Amino acid sequence: MSVRTLRGRVAIIGIGETAYYKHGRSPDAEFKMALKAVLAACADAGLDPRTIDGFASYSNDRNDPSRMAAALGIRQLRSATMQWGGGGGGCCAAVANGAAAIASGLAECVVVYRALAQGEYGRFGQAGAATTVSGDMAYQAPYGVLAPPQKFALKVARYMDEHGIRPEAQQAIAMASYHHAQANPRAVMHGKPLDAATYKAARWIAEPFRLFDCCMENDGAAAVIMVAAERAKNCPNKPAYILGAASGSGYRTGAPAHNAPEYASASYRTVAADLYRMAGIGPSDVGVVQCYENFTGGVVMALAEHGFYRPEQANEFLTFDNLIAPSGKLPLNTSGGNLAECYVHGFELILEAVRQVRGTSTSQAPRGDVALVVGGPMVTPVSNLLLGSESML
Amino acid sequence: MTAATPVSYLPLGLAAPASEPDGLSAPFWNGLNEGRLVVQRCDCGTWQFGPEWLCHQCHRFDPPWCEVSPRGRIFSWERVWHPSHPCLVGHGPYLVVLVELPQAGNVRMLGNLLGDPMQQVVFGAQVEGVFERHEDAGRGYTLLQWRLAA
Repeated sequence: MSVRTLRGRVAIIGIGETAYYKHGRSPDAEFKMALKAVLAACADAGLDPRTIDGFASYSNDRNDPSRMAAALGIRQLRSATMQWGGGGGGCCAAVANGAAAIASGLAECVVVYRALAQGEYGRFGQAGAATTVSGDMAYQAPYGVLAPPQKFALKVARYMDEHGIRPEAQQAIAMASYHHAQANPRAVMHGKPLDAATYKAARWIAEPFRLFDCCMENDGAAAVIMVAAERAKNCPNKPAYILGAASGSGYRTGAPAHNAPEYASASYRTVAADLYRMAGIGPSDVGVVQCYENFTGGVVMALAEHGFYRPEQANEFLTFDNLIAPSGKLPLNTSGGNLAECYVHGFELILEAVRQVRGTSTSQAPRGDVALVVGGPMVTPVSNLLLGSESML
Repeated sequence: MTAATPVSYLPLGLAAPASEPDGLSAPFWNGLNEGRLVVQRCDCGTWQFGPEWLCHQCHRFDPPWCEVSPRGRIFSWERVWHPSHPCLVGHGPYLVVLVELPQAGNVRMLGNLLGDPMQQVVFGAQVEGVFERHEDAGRGYTLLQWRLAA
């Protein structure tokens, strides 16, 4: 009987990123950043970039695989996949799509990447200059629901009301990210610690989000190189194997104009179940989590939907002490993530999960060899990924 | 809609709603222009908003439009402080409510909650619609806003 799974079949053997910048500070064009990240990942993998034959990305990344392949002098392009959907919901699915190409024989060596220059192409936190609006945004923009903070505060506000979540739960998530960023020289917020008083005194963006509940707007690019598991063993760095991956959302999550039936949700109920089923493990086996912080409230929901606590337990579980490496119960966002390392649409979280599996994080978790990544809460489709060391196979 | 002079809750300058080129939402926006709230109600009894070409329940195409009373209750709300558009700079906070309509299968729609932007907002509070006429943006359009029910 053949079991249809990615478990143990594909490994990440190289990771690379550009320097990370505040938006508008990158001296390089976005496409150049994408190339730099790919070359850095190849160098880390000890691999000739010309052997790449597959590309995978998400969120309508502008850096087209054919242009990338031409620029890199790649001998033969095979797989080119784009995960549908905006936001960071696809950051794990892009890895899964690339891995599926390898596992199914459509490609041999896939690079998954995301490059984002908000300085060059416009900030996510600002509405465009259009004078009319149609489609789903027509029901939102005229009322001042223009950008992600305003769209997602409504979900989080409802969730917090339904389950009695206190603001301190969000605060703990923000402070854990900033804490980990202080150990990470790559982080944009390295050297800029956040204390509780500063968090609480920060201005509102859209209640219940204060400034530090919201991701940054940055310029950066990041990439990972994947090959079949049997090819991964002789690489310079310890391979990070895919234990499981899933994407999607539940019934009518995409119903227009805020009409999803399960509204106060991060969209992972079905996706988390699929992930654990493929990996053959459960939440108690997970040693470290990288969870996309578009907003801290999304993390509150996403971690509950991945089974780490029931919503009613969120206040007691989500404390600073529980979320920091190495001592916390569930070290979270150990690079600083979207809040404090760099907002590369969550792709920096994939690289950090690989570092945890390798044991090379600047905030290493004791059980880093089972690393969960959760991509883009509250959008659809969302996705997630479990990486593990060889000992987990 | 009683005011002869258009009064806008938010500063002028935000994008004006317009039907798609394929006309999918035209009945909704045209209805607001006439002071009527219409949403789709399929012959199978399923309510649907925003509009779709297909009933998601029974797969009949072109679900008919049905006028409903603009009354509902607050399903969620937010007070927005950060200006995500140049016209909002310096304006100060404003309230957005997500209103569900029990008389229309609990479909939800967004609007602003009129009145003091610093008022305490209660989940589940009853609200009634206010048609807010705009003559800006070159051609007229109407938004549906909400105020606490008397």
